[in-house]
Amino acid sequence: MRWYAPRKLHEALALLTERPDLIPIAGGTDIMVGRDPRACGHDYLSLANVAALRGIRETPAGVAIGALATMTEIGRHPIVCRALPALAASARATGAFAIQNRATLGGNIMNASPAADNAPVLLAYGASVSLMSVARLRHVPYENFHSGYKVTVRRPEEILGEIFVPYAPLGARHYFRKVGTRRAQAISKVGLAALLVGRPGAWERVRFGFSSVAATPILACALAATITGTARGLPDDEGLAEALGRDLAARDDIRSTAEYRRRIALNLVREALAPWRHQGGCDAGQ
Amino acid sequence: MYTSMHNDSRFGTTPLKDAPLRKDGMEKVRGTARYVADITYPGMLHAVTARTRLPGGTIASITFDDHVPWSEYVVVTARDIPGINAVKMIETDQPVLVETHYRHAGEPVVLIAHPDPQALADALAAVHIDERPYAKPPVFAIEEALRADTRRIAADNVYRDYLMEKGSVMDAEKESCQVFEAEYHTGAQEHLYIEPQGMMARMEGGILTVEGSLQCPYYVHAALMYATGLPEERVRVLQCATGGAFGGKEEYPSHIACHAALVTMKAGGRPVALIYGRGEDMAVTPKRHPSRSRVRLGASRDGRLRFIDIDFVIDGGAYLTLSPVVLSRGVIHAAGPYRCDNVRVRARAVATNHPPFGAFRGFGAPQSIFALEAALDELARMLEMEPDVLRRRNVLAPGDISPAGQRIEGPLDMQRVIGQALEACDYHAKVEAYRQWNAQKGAIRKGIGLATFYHGAGFTGNGELALRSRAGLRVGADGLVEILTSTTEMGQGMQTTLSGIVAEALRIPYEGVAVARPDTRDVPNSGPTVASRTCMVVGAILARAADDLIARLRADAALPSVYGYGEFRDACARLHAAGGVTTIIADYRHPAGNEWDESVFQGSPYASFAWACYVAEVEVDAVTGETRIVDFTAVQEVGRVVHATVAAGQIEGGVVQGIGYALFEDVRFGADGQMANNRITNYIIPTSADIPPIRVLFLESRHGAGPGGAAGIGELPMDGPAPAIINAINAALGTEIRHVPAMPEHILAAMDRRSA
Amino acid sequence: MTIPCRFIVNGSAVSGSFPPMRRLLDVLRGECGLTATKEGCGEGECGSCAVLLDDTLVNSCLVPIADVNGREVTTLEGLPKDDPLFAAFAATGGTQCGICTPGMIMAARALLNDCLRPDLSQTREALSGNLCRCTGYGGIYAAIRTASGQGE
Ligand SMILES: Cc1cc2nc3c(=O)[nH]c(=O)nc-3n(C[C@H](O)[C@H](O)[C@H](O)COP(=O)(O)OP(=O)(O)OC[C@H]3O[C@@H](n4cnc5c(N)ncnc54)[C@H](O)[C@@H]3O)c2cc1C
Ligand code: FES
Ligand code: FES
Repeated sequence: MRWYAPRKLHEALALLTERPDLIPIAGGTDIMVGRDPRACGHDYLSLANVAALRGIRETPAGVAIGALATMTEIGRHPIVCRALPALAASARATGAFAIQNRATLGGNIMNASPAADNAPVLLAYGASVSLMSVARLRHVPYENFHSGYKVTVRRPEEILGEIFVPYAPLGARHYFRKVGTRRAQAISKVGLAALLVGRPGAWERVRFGFSSVAATPILACALAATITGTARGLPDDEGLAEALGRDLAARDDIRSTAEYRRRIALNLVREALAPWRHQGGCDAGQ
Repeated sequence: MYTSMHNDSRFGTTPLKDAPLRKDGMEKVRGTARYVADITYPGMLHAVTARTRLPGGTIASITFDDHVPWSEYVVVTARDIPGINAVKMIETDQPVLVETHYRHAGEPVVLIAHPDPQALADALAAVHIDERPYAKPPVFAIEEALRADTRRIAADNVYRDYLMEKGSVMDAEKESCQVFEAEYHTGAQEHLYIEPQGMMARMEGGILTVEGSLQCPYYVHAALMYATGLPEERVRVLQCATGGAFGGKEEYPSHIACHAALVTMKAGGRPVALIYGRGEDMAVTPKRHPSRSRVRLGASRDGRLRFIDIDFVIDGGAYLTLSPVVLSRGVIHAAGPYRCDNVRVRARAVATNHPPFGAFRGFGAPQSIFALEAALDELARMLEMEPDVLRRRNVLAPGDISPAGQRIEGPLDMQRVIGQALEACDYHAKVEAYRQWNAQKGAIRKGIGLATFYHGAGFTGNGELALRSRAGLRVGADGLVEILTSTTEMGQGMQTTLSGIVAEALRIPYEGVAVARPDTRDVPNSGPTVASRTCMVVGAILARAADDLIARLRADAALPSVYGYGEFRDACARLHAAGGVTTIIADYRHPAGNEWDESVFQGSPYASFAWACYVAEVEVDAVTGETRIVDFTAVQEVGRVVHATVAAGQIEGGVVQGIGYALFEDVRFGADGQMANNRITNYIIPTSADIPPIRVLFLESRHGAGPGGAAGIGELPMDGPAPAIINAINAALGTEIRHVPAMPEHILAAMDRRSA
Repeated sequence: MTIPCRFIVNGSAVSGSFPPMRRLLDVLRGECGLTATKEGCGEGECGSCAVLLDDTLVNSCLVPIADVNGREVTTLEGLPKDDPLFAAFAATGGTQCGICTPGMIMAARALLNDCLRPDLSQTREALSGNLCRCTGYGGIYAAIRTASGQGE
């Protein structure tokens, strides 16, 4: 077993180009769990010392979050808390303090669990990620990032560098809710984040990101289309459920049932839309 | 005669200034207490267990891959057992290591040990157990086990079939009364003590010495003698600091101890550590028995119980273990603390291919009490009565005869217990306020629910007679009095409670008493540390030993009739000068008139009961089906509180386990019958974020059979939360939820059924 | 393969050669002989292995030793002997079986370092990664309140 712990980003990238089999490790909160003590075969590339991957930067268009930013840093960051409250909330809902102190945002999405708590929020906000290699830097909209169960578009020689989250327009509804069995340190059964701007019949932006209802975190496009395509008011429950049925691929597993997940998904969507319900299509102005 | 221990309603237990410090407190907060995993010996081996995978079958062969250098390992199979290949418990149906036939997945077959723990995983993977399934499919459900055409695991698949009968349900039914009938279920529950099980064995001077995380040193001692064939004096068992048990370390430590002992014996006496990982612990060790209760209640229009008719079945799993005693406690508590002339409780423990279920705080009572208390609320709804009124109308009072035929002795006032509980949480006002709130049909629904119950302390029936417990005191020149007992500290505060009792009996300061380490070479057998018996039974024995010690000091060391601590110590020094260290051992004495007939389940099953009324307040989120406990009130009549902080801690801890039992703790079984969600991430217990302020109040009428009128309290708090919470949820939603745990999935489904 | 690591544990320098993915928990309990830090799950769920790494709370079962290189670890044994949390936990019912206690005290210490007088909701949130199966948490809240000079 070998361990590389470069300090410079270009060193890390060079190592990974040379040895694409290296496993990047950030906070280790996913990698260390269930690690078979016999699994000595792997070699690791520790990113922990790469300062360039740290930090949270404010830009005119949004917030650029280094892959190594921890949940604690994100959950407490004043700009994140003010401008991207759903992201602050999801970071604070990721495990408990001891986990949040180590868990990174890059690791959370690279681990590519369908239950990752920050994924729905990044989908809702329309985030993009940067993937870096010696040869090039590319930006991928986060909604195109997960290509299958635990698979992403990252190539073996690439490092996830930064997650860019654009600001939401003024007056937007930022919604995040995680449903687990208990109130802390629970893996979600369903997570929903929504960014809603405008009003029925005149939506500017409708984005719903889900966790734990399909093989990957998903952006619910059919749902959004149904809502924006409804000329007056909101679609009725059947309409919402029908659209969700096209977006979701919920399954039974050890934590919950497909049936429950479908039910909750619909209920959460209704909750997210609550400010506009029973208003006959006119926005009372929130 | 009333004291109360009030929680600051927003911030946990109020520390009591006058309560002496826990005996084991400092070593635990400093991290110096030694748990079994903290111990190392030079040359120590680490052991692991290879297990069966099928839910019952036969082993055709065991093969070992050649790529492993087996000569470096110690390998133990059933053939290496020098004594009898059975774990000594109530019966001896369970093998120490499977030779051929077995009944469930996860049974131990081969033990492997090596000095380097890293070298074990590869070796374990290189052991191949060739298993053949039985022709008939395995049986996992109670009703399947009872069908005649399914696989037989034990005779008729019924380990025990009990009937408790009083009056005649049949006759009572002939008269006009309102009848309510329903079926209730409770799930298995994992103890999830935070310290996984483990044992360390070695030969020391020709003596097999086993130390570890355990509740009952003499159970382990007996099991070791049986399996190793060694005589009593060549087996020694010591307890290490034990990181939680709750019944889970009553029986299974005997298995691990035998395993570790077999390895050390084969390894020429080298120390062997056999420490379970969390996943293995959860998969193979016993859990609370799942249960099914069919409850029929007959009542007059004004709510007087005419009959109680219950069919109670628990799933015992693949071996008998402790199921008979769990079942009998379940039976006796099934009809609750209510006055009713016609009672019939039929109870069976059935065999399935699950790993055996076992002891868990409450021992059968939480299961049967849940069914009755939930049914009572439904009966109240049918009668259009308030649940508290129905209970008040029927609850036992001094002079009444309990369902088991026991005459209730005063002083004791259950009406007052109920009254205190309702008052403390402002029950009636909340019932009204929540009704109005829920009428608005918002996303959050609120409910309040209660349960009234009692819990018998000590072994059931004649159990204490059969145990013939002994405990003692030892005193040397310095006057420090040491308690000698095999009763173990596992966090419940036994050292503190017993020290308090002895100090009081000797009229010396608490600091003048210490507790000797449980070591079968040093302490007498005061019975297992179970059944809320420590304070009441062992405490009473020790109080008598204290009287004997005073008599001895008076007779032989001129202790004055009225004495201060200085005089006491002087007398001890004189006693020591004359005859060395003095040890006084006292025996159990059965309370007069406590007869019990196990064949008909009538008589006096317990010397005393603790009585309680618990009230839960919940908010259910109609969007997700999630339940939040917003307030919890636990009022109990315990005879006497020996140590307020310890007692309050027992109640709060038990209530939180009960909250988990009611709402989160869902043991899921895989196709092999073992726990499938055997990781802490998938088996959800309450965290600090889930726990409401818990209001704990004690009434102390000194009715108990223990020192100063104390009754045992350790298990009591496990009984009430589940029914109180389910009653609160049903009140909030108008649902008919009849099982625990009531997961959000079930709650939403129940809401659907209601609106359908 | 092993790699050389140097770090500080409770104020003393430790150096040695370790397999890089060896858990900090094992090094503390094994090589350092500091057994106050407990293993309850090995998966980051229970918090009984909690320690401070450069003053932040972490679960030592999830930290590879290579990551500790050049850093500072504080375990229960390294807290000042007169840390008020000790007396408070012993007196108020903050400990029963004691297996969660070292991790719980470390989490409490991290909380108090961050916030002098936490209220109940802050306390509950800060401890939510530390499971206790015995106390029901009430005694632990009381200990933290006492140690932070709020109430007796
Ligand atoms: C007890 C516990 C509770 C948890 N609770 C939650 C929860 O509530 N919600 C939730 O979503 N998650 C939870 N998690 C999961 C975990 O904490 C998160 O997924 C975390 O964000 C992962 O970050 P990390 O830095 O620790 O990742 P690591 O374990 O270091 O890495 C995770 C994966 O990402 C890869 N990787 C990391 N960084 C990069 C990079 N910059 N470029 C390329 N690849 C990279 C690694 O190779 C690995 O495959 C929990 C975990 C534990 C142990
Ligand atoms: S052992 Fe590390 S969190 Fe449980
Ligand atoms: S004191 Fe036992 S787990 Fe907390």
